[in-house]
Amino acid sequence: MPANAFNGFTEYGIGIGLRVPHYRHILAKKPVVDWFEIISENFMVDGGRPLEVLDTILEQYRVVQHGVASYFGSADKFDREHLKRLKRLVKYTNTPWLSDHLCWGSVDGRYTHDLLPMPYTFAVARHTAEKIRFARDYLEVPICVENVSSYAEYHASEMTEWEFLSEVVEQADCGILLDVNNIYVSSQNHNFDPYEYLNNVPHHRVGQIHIAGHSKFEKYTLDTHDHPVLDPVWKMYAHAIQRVGNTATLLEWDDRIPSFEEVHHEALKANEFRDTQLATTAS
Amino acid sequence: MQRVMASALFRPLTSKWGMQKRWVDGAPMEALASKFIKPNDRLNSFERLEIYNRQYWFRVLDCLYDDYPGLRAVVGERRFMKMATAYLTQYPSDSFTLRDLGNRLEQFLRAEPHWSAPREELALDMVRFEWAQVVAFDGPAHPPLTPDDILDTPPSKLQLRLQPYLTLLELNFAVDDFLIAIKKRESDVLRGEASNAMNSAPKAAVVRKRVRYPKREKVHLAVHRHDNLLYYKRLDQEAFAILTSLSRGITVEDACLEAVTASKRTDVDWSAEIKSWFDAWSALGWFCRTP
Repeated sequence: MPANAFNGFTEYGIGIGLRVPHYRHILAKKPVVDWFEIISENFMVDGGRPLEVLDTILEQYRVVQHGVASYFGSADKFDREHLKRLKRLVKYTNTPWLSDHLCWGSVDGRYTHDLLPMPYTFAVARHTAEKIRFARDYLEVPICVENVSSYAEYHASEMTEWEFLSEVVEQADCGILLDVNNIYVSSQNHNFDPYEYLNNVPHHRVGQIHIAGHSKFEKYTLDTHDHPVLDPVWKMYAHAIQRVGNTATLLEWDDRIPSFEEVHHEALKANEFRDTQLATTAS
Repeated sequence: MQRVMASALFRPLTSKWGMQKRWVDGAPMEALASKFIKPNDRLNSFERLEIYNRQYWFRVLDCLYDDYPGLRAVVGERRFMKMATAYLTQYPSDSFTLRDLGNRLEQFLRAEPHWSAPREELALDMVRFEWAQVVAFDGPAHPPLTPDDILDTPPSKLQLRLQPYLTLLELNFAVDDFLIAIKKRESDVLRGEASNAMNSAPKAAVVRKRVRYPKREKVHLAVHRHDNLLYYKRLDQEAFAILTSLSRGITVEDACLEAVTASKRTDVDWSAEIKSWFDAWSALGWFCRTP
């Protein structure tokens, strides 16, 4: 949705991910960008170059934090060191909202560094929602959880992914970072209609949208973030905007990263879809 | 379920980058996978779990591959991947950040020197050097000392604390020069960040022109940062001894006295030499206040 409680009542437009290969260009050229999304864990350090870059970026740009290691779905309790460092960074960046993934990834203090799907059960939803609530209260910032792309489904699941996502965010009273590309990737891997997913999540809770590229293989589709956004995902993005309104959108491009201009140009295509859809909705 | 699945992901891949066919108890892996993962019309349960098993190993091996080019050059490309697999099997990541993935590599190589034979000592020097760079890159810094901070303290009572990002290394090989040569022949490799997909095998077995191994020589090195850029600075043996003593809480006077007494050099104006060292170290911000 446009400005809402889950994105700190902001209207941020089109952002791109802040990535190391673009540092030099951004710091030297100071391009006009609506906002940057940073990977929280890359800046949860004690000093040095990462924080120097972040300082400079914060002086000139709006920044939103996106995490990859909170693991709300892990059965483990929170890693206290991780939470403490995350809170320090939240205070530092003054991020209006914070996002991380609806997934698990650590067990007994050992980390997979992956975003693993969860069994869609009511018990898991309750456990995950409790952890999100705890994190939100501790970090004192709105949280949006992102649907992950997945390559496996569990026998234990009691509901669809979108029902699970809805169950978690309603119980946690948190926002959704709706990753349209992830929905598409998972729909290809699990044979569901991605539009049914888009139509059945609580739209008023969507605080941000992700778009990205993916790769199709013979037997499955991978969420690779190393391509421009493909047509089916743009179509879904247009549909999502029609449903949720003009929402802060971010292009993820994390591998085989091209020039800053190319990434930014790709991201700005979202404006065309958004404007067309919003005009259609208005008329 | 999470314990079982994580254990499956942490199990090394086969030589053909596939998931092992048998579980730890010898039972077919397919049977285990099908207990909790559904098949679909294109992939069975084993194949779906295998995607995650492969992604885990591609990601962590890629990370070590990028972060330890020097160690890779010492042990060799192919052996490095085997060594890294053995290391991560024994020490799976215990940190939320991939930065720390190599934090127990030195410990591992000391316990299992056969991975780096016949260059065990060179490998240990290199892994200590490369880990020191990780620390210097983004380790904590405290406010540097100013002359006013120590104005009233005589050298006999003055203790100086060193910046936590600074590592002092006594080495048996000139791994600094060796690493510079290695890096010259390598192009920068970028690592994916937020994507949870790894769709290709790690960058192993790339044939590159060999750089000559360094000869044995005593090297004293400070690995540090200045203006947030990484540096390695060679130190005289006496300078190294003074800094090491200071890091152990010994007073400035005793540290200097010990270093000079132990020195075999005779034709040195020690007061001028020591003053120039301290001037340089102060300018680099190596001395800090206790937090």
